[in-house]
Parts: sequence; C-alpha cells; structure tokens
Amino acid sequence: MAFTKNDVKLSGDVPKTLLLQKHSDYLASYGLNKDDFEYCMTEHLRMSGIYWTLTAMELMNQSSRMPKEEIIEFITSCQDNESGGISASIGHDPHILYTLSAVQVLAMYDRLDAIDIEGVVRFVTSMQQEDGDKWGEVDTRFSFCAVMTLSLLQQLDAINVTKAVHFVLSCMNFDGGFGSRPGSESHAGLIYCCVGTLSICKRMEALHADELAWWLCERQLPSGGLNGRPEKLPDLCYSWWVMSSLSMLNRIHWVDKDNLEKFILACQDAETGGFSDRPGNITDPFHTLFGLAGLSLLGNTSIKHVNPTYCMPQETIDRLKLEPQKLHI
Amino acid sequence: MSDSGDSDITWTFYKDRPEWSDVTPVPENDGPKPVVVIAHSEKFEDVYDYFRAILQTNEKSERALHLTKDAVDLNPANYTVWQYRRDLLQALGTDLRSELDYVEAVIKQSPKNYQVWHHRRVLVEWLQDSDLELELTRDALLQDPKNYHAWQHRQWVIKTFGLFEKEMEFVDNLITEDVRNNSAWNQRYFVMNNHLGWSDINVQKEIRYTLEKINFVKNNESAWNYLRGVLLHDAKGLSGNTEVTSFCEELYSNKCRSPYLLAFLIDICDEAIKKGEINSLYNAEKALNLCQALATKYDKIRSKYWNFIAEKFRKYQSN
Repeated sequence: MAFTKNDVKLSGDVPKTLLLQKHSDYLASYGLNKDDFEYCMTEHLRMSGIYWTLTAMELMNQSSRMPKEEIIEFITSCQDNESGGISASIGHDPHILYTLSAVQVLAMYDRLDAIDIEGVVRFVTSMQQEDGDKWGEVDTRFSFCAVMTLSLLQQLDAINVTKAVHFVLSCMNFDGGFGSRPGSESHAGLIYCCVGTLSICKRMEALHADELAWWLCERQLPSGGLNGRPEKLPDLCYSWWVMSSLSMLNRIHWVDKDNLEKFILACQDAETGGFSDRPGNITDPFHTLFGLAGLSLLGNTSIKHVNPTYCMPQETIDRLKLEPQKLHI
Repeated sequence: MSDSGDSDITWTFYKDRPEWSDVTPVPENDGPKPVVVIAHSEKFEDVYDYFRAILQTNEKSERALHLTKDAVDLNPANYTVWQYRRDLLQALGTDLRSELDYVEAVIKQSPKNYQVWHHRRVLVEWLQDSDLELELTRDALLQDPKNYHAWQHRQWVIKTFGLFEKEMEFVDNLITEDVRNNSAWNQRYFVMNNHLGWSDINVQKEIRYTLEKINFVKNNESAWNYLRGVLLHDAKGLSGNTEVTSFCEELYSNKCRSPYLLAFLIDICDEAIKKGEINSLYNAEKALNLCQALATKYDKIRSKYWNFIAEKFRKYQSN
C-alpha cells in the first residue's frame, strides 16, 4: 500500500476454514475452565456473558449444550422486585444493559414468562422519564437497549418513541456517522446502536444512507478487517457493528466480502477454539459471537441466519413476529 | 492507590481483621445451581464477601467506605460498588475534594472504564466545580488521544460550564501533534458548532486551515471529512468555492491520487450536475472516469461501492 495506516498483516499459518466444532466445545467448556473467565464472565457482567455464549451456540445450532433450566432460574433471581430491572448477577443493582441481555436470552428460549414483564417495562420507561438512568449514562447505547428490550416484549408503545428517535438523530455528525451524545465522535459501535434504534422504530428514512454507508465502508482496511474509527486498528467485533449497520442500510455488498471473511477466519484460535479481536490474540465469548454473527451476515450457510438489528437468530425474530426495518436501495 | 495489590505482603484478609469480626461474610449467590463457576482469588472473594454483607445490612460507615475502595481496586468496572460508594459519600458527608483526588487516581489506572468517569461527573455535579476537569482530561488524552470516555467528559464539562475559551488552542496542538487524530478534528467541529459559529469569515478560515493540513498529509480521511463538514456551512456548497476547487485541481495535476481527493472530486461533479451547470468541467464523464480509477486502481477494496456510484452517473448521462 502506498499509504501508511494502522493495520495488521495476516500471516500464512492463520486458520482459513470455519472451525465450528472447536467453537462449540470452547463455549460449552467455558464455565468449567477456570483460567478463561477473567475477561468477560466475571460477576459484574455475567448476564451479558450468558447472552453472548447462548446466541453463539444458537447460531451454531448447539444451544442444547447450555444448561437451559439453570440459566432461566438464574435470570429470574436477578430481577429486582422493586424497580423491575434485571442485574448482571444476583445481588447487583439492576441495569438496562443486563435487562436487555436477560430479555434476549429468554426470548431465544421462548420463556419470557420467567420474568415479571410489567416490571421490566416499568424499569425501562422510568429511565426515559428521568432522561437517563440511575447511573446517568445518557447515551445512544441506552436508547438502543431500551427500544430493543421493549420491542422484544411487544411493548414499544410504552415509551415516547418520537423522543427516542429525536435524541438519536441529534447525535448525527457532519460525517454522516453517529456518536454517543450530540457532538461526540462517530464510532461504528454507536452507529450500530443508532441505526438499530431507527430500524426498530421504523424511522430509517431519516438517515443519510449513502453517506453513512460510505463512512462505514471506509472502515475496511487492506487486511480485510474493519476498524471502528479512522486510524484505529481493525477489531473483529466491528465485523458485526459495521456489517450489521450496512445490512440494515441494505448496502452490505459495498464491502470486500472475501477479504473480510479471510480476516474473520484468521481471528479463530485453532487450538483453543473461539475468536479473538485480532489474529493471534486470546479468544473470548464476546468476539466469538461477533465473529460467527459476522460470517452469518456474509452468507455462510453453516451458521444460522442472524438478524442484523437484534443480533439474535432470525428464527427467533420471526417467531416473535418482529419486523425491524431494512432500507430498500 | 494499589496499597492492597495482590503482590502486597502486608495485606490482611477482612476475615482476619478484628474490627470486622462483627460482620458475617456473604458468599456469592449464583442462584439455585451455579450456571458458571467464577474463579476468583482468595482476596477477591474475601473483599466481595464482606462487600455483599454491608450491602445486605445497608451499613453506612467509614469502614464500609474503605471497603468499597478495596472492592474498586479489585474490579473498577463493578457498577454496584460505585453506586454504593456514592450512597456512602452522601450519608457520611465525606469531603468530596478528597474523593476527586481518589477518583483521579482510579481514572489514571483505568482510563477506559464507564463507571469511573461517571463517578467523576457526579462529583463535579455535586460540587458544581469544574476547575480540575480540563487538566484531568488533558492528561488522559496525552496518554491516549482517542480515549472516547475522556472526550465525552471533556465535551460535557465544556458545554455545561461554558469552558470554550481555550479549547481551540488545545485542538490545534493535538492536530499539530497528529494530523490524523480524528477525535481532535471532531472536537474542532464541536467548538465551531457550539461556540465560534459558522460566520462566513469563520468558514473561510476553517477551509484555509484544513487545506493546509491536507497539503501536509494528503491521504487523511479525518481532514477530508472535516472539509466536507465545513462546506455544509458554505452557501456556495461543495462545488462553488474556487479556493477549494483549485486546490483539488492542483493536487490532482501534481499526481496526487488519494482516494479521498478523487472521492471529493466526484462529489463536486455530483453537485454541479444537480445544480444543472451544463458547461461545467465537473460532469458525469469526469465522475465516471474517477469512479473507474478508484474501483480498478486506487481503492480496489471498495470497488463495489465505486461501481454503484458510477451507475448513478451513467443514469445522469442517459437522462
């Protein structure tokens, strides 16, 4: 390349085929191998850890290897009776992030009856009234969590959707991208949250689709991988955030799919199983889910079809009769 | 801050401290059957067993405040610990200035953690004092000029307390240091948009500044994006500013083939066509040639995108 950029080089010995069995074994034994936990299965974000692992297993059609009844019981015990919200783990404070993860897991299991749904709706709507949540982290991530949670519960009308859409649109930047708050730098992960919110609220027309999609395509580097902001290193998780956004914008064909697929496959660890952020790094369930989901968007047929808005199997979204908006080109 | 680090041999377990002998530790409850067994060090378990105990009894005391410090030290991302610490600060009427010092130390250890920055923001709100914030975020950005949390905090402070005055100088320095720092360019737009405003003089000033930076490093996505952003505020649009168009033409004739330059020229064509400027040099044919050059030579990885754009210009031609 004539121009210097932050990128990686794929060496000759990286994995080139999809190692499904390895990933399934890796995730199934994740709760047993004591050395692996520190990164993402720690107590304070356990609910999300369960969501990442179960969704990855679902996409591989291997979810029977997960302890379903125990997971459901665990979620039930994480709901706070008073606020209605759900916490990352028993005894923690309820939080919108973990409330969403819990609802996603129960939706996949078709067991939303295991929690007090009215309580969850009360919790989510109370936050919009306070213009933020208890932790005050008012940003587009939480708008997305709120609308996704409510839509999975068929209760989107419980909040002021126009207000939520308005907030998201106020975070649109001069480069067509979105950040966390009005004026914050465009960031691919937050673009996913914003496009996802508009997809669920069926307000995608408000986007400058070509301009935004071009910015997203610019995230692809010579290695084939995607970064999240200009001049940052590629990271596998952006294969999900960029590609899912492009998929909702119906412009996924604008990226170089072959080279992206090579990069994603190179992030597998052929020995331990699982995917990492970049080739050669330590694997974790978070990147394993986004690697598999990215490959699904690229059309890999040995993985189930993933829904780009919800990051859940399309069959779950169909069963719930949800129809998140996708733009027509 | 790490006087309780794992390597410290003077560490005493809470279960062995006489002043805590009245408390019964509460082990982690994983529900009826543990879904996943979490492996923690003995120290981690000890601290969190006692943290759960004070949480259960809702104990508001100095020793509880101290305990949350140890709990944060072991896991600064635990949002429940921080929330309880804030409850304690309020209940005990603790000196918030010393708390500012403390959280600054934690931020230096864990600069990419939501909870610590949020804790900082709450303290600043309680104190209604923003005196230390610009320096704190400056230090964090010296370490990592793209730290999203630090930028977010800085923007919040500047907007809330009206601290715009010296911000452009700060931005200038960062851009001089690294002309590709997209966060700094974003901050430049933030200052223009919220403070200096887009008067015609300012627009022309910003255009000149940006062209100078592009001249310095031509293949710089951030600067080209900023140029487009500035031109949104130019009544003459993207194609009407002769300073910009002659700059681009000169780059092109000097053999610069940065994809950002070619893409910009294509957008100039698009605008000229939409404005109906029939005799313009910026026409569909020129745009098509540029698209082809990008798709086949200068930006091959995005060839599908450039082919799509080319299709748009072919439609213009046939109309």
